[in-house]
Amino acid sequence: MAAVEVEHLTVRHGDVLAVDDISFTADAGKITTVLGPNGAGKTSTIEVCEGYHRPTKGTVRVLGLDPAAQQRQLSKRMGVMLQEGGVYPSSRVLETVRHYVALYDKGADAAALVDVVGLSARSKATWKQLSGGERQRVSLALALAAKPDIAFLDEPTSGIDVNGRDAVRSIIRDLADRGCAVVLATHELDEAERLADRMIIIDRGSLIADATLAELRKGHDEIRFRSDPGLDLRALAKATGIVASKVGRDEYVIDAPPQPRLMAQLGDWLADAGHPLHDLRAGGQRLEDVFRRLTGGDQP
Amino acid sequence: MNVTLVQLRVELRRVASNGEQLLLTLGIPVLLLVFFSLVDVLPTGTKEPIDFLAPGILALATMSTAMVSLGIGTGFERGYHVLKRLAATPLGRPRLIAAKIGSVIAVEIVQFAVLIPVAFALGWSPSSANWLLGVVAVIVGTMAFAGIGLTLAGRLPAEINLAAQNGLYLVLLLLGGMVIPFGKLPGAIRSVAHALPSGALADVLREAMSNAGTQPTRAWIVLCIWAAATPLLAARLFRWD
Repeated sequence: MAAVEVEHLTVRHGDVLAVDDISFTADAGKITTVLGPNGAGKTSTIEVCEGYHRPTKGTVRVLGLDPAAQQRQLSKRMGVMLQEGGVYPSSRVLETVRHYVALYDKGADAAALVDVVGLSARSKATWKQLSGGERQRVSLALALAAKPDIAFLDEPTSGIDVNGRDAVRSIIRDLADRGCAVVLATHELDEAERLADRMIIIDRGSLIADATLAELRKGHDEIRFRSDPGLDLRALAKATGIVASKVGRDEYVIDAPPQPRLMAQLGDWLADAGHPLHDLRAGGQRLEDVFRRLTGGDQP
Repeated sequence: MNVTLVQLRVELRRVASNGEQLLLTLGIPVLLLVFFSLVDVLPTGTKEPIDFLAPGILALATMSTAMVSLGIGTGFERGYHVLKRLAATPLGRPRLIAAKIGSVIAVEIVQFAVLIPVAFALGWSPSSANWLLGVVAVIVGTMAFAGIGLTLAGRLPAEINLAAQNGLYLVLLLLGGMVIPFGKLPGAIRSVAHALPSGALADVLREAMSNAGTQPTRAWIVLCIWAAATPLLAARLFRWD
């Protein structure tokens, strides 16, 4: 069931066209990531869904409600995590979570929420005493205070260490598994690759992809490997028919399905020529490459 | 608990735990009231300085809370995206504003509960005081000053807003007829001072407390114009993020 329905959304900020006629849906119980280069229109799109702005054109329904006109009804069921934080510097962790729990009045346990995001030991620390990653965790706890049916999370793992990221990913996955529709904006492709059930890719205000990762990768298999920096790729092609391209100092890609025979040929040629073979990976294109392909090389 | 009351409690806790705000809303008014009542250096034109000072300091206290304290706090909340975050909760913008108004009124009640007894202790004896009119004047003045404070807070970056609110506080304190009578100001400045909300509030309070105001009718008109215009201006210009 679609929790978010965006139809022909256009957003203008003065003379700037931030979002140009995009349509997509996000389902309950699924994690939908919104990816795009800087200035692509991700935040403008999400902020319309959160009710901060009205669309210039088009319609947006979140849980069947008009976010701008019915923000009060929507806010009772919506969790929001801002990238900027939104907490007063002198506010303490547990005190802040208690404040938000009281605003939602849904019986969430503030101390338990602080524990879930792994900040029990820092519950008396003020916001300004927290690291960037710890602030992200507080923001996530504030979003969870709503016991939301829809959650808009902006860069939820930004600044969090590796172990912390796993914990946050687990919380987000649990949230979706409980039936919440999670819409997650991230610049980190690795994050999207690990979490997304569905990906919305926006570039220059336009929607350029709305698909699962498997759908995005379909038809774009590759074999990727590392070896010496100066491989003679012409000699490789002449000897084996394999056409490889250099994509990094010592990294190479072959646009081909992951056939064992091809990989064996490659390994034999490298061995005969006295070159090493490292990090051999075959299969669907990495999301990073899918993203570059779709956006014409823009960085997320 | 009602979400507005939840937010009101948070607002009051924030004011009570902020030393600068306490200094501004209570420390400075009490200090000015006591010092200039005991040390007769101001050209108040009254037999007892306290009779001139007390209504002026009550006006100053109103300005401190409704304009400077509210404005600076709101400016920083805007800068830290606190307002934006709260707007997406069931509190929403209207109840957030209601909580802030409630906080201003509560602080003013505390201010007056401290300042009025101190003024009496220093010998203030308002003749035929109309307290109800005084309360109305404070409410109208609060609207005017809150409008100014929120207009600045809603447009300027937090640090610039901080400087602007403090600078305006000082200018209105010195020009406003709060501690210095209009009659002692140079002619051109006096004309400007009469058009300011600070002097207008001090004047109507003085009139309400002791019939000692210079032109209270004009002061009421000036105060009401500010009270009508500045909240509208704030509503039009305020940016939440």
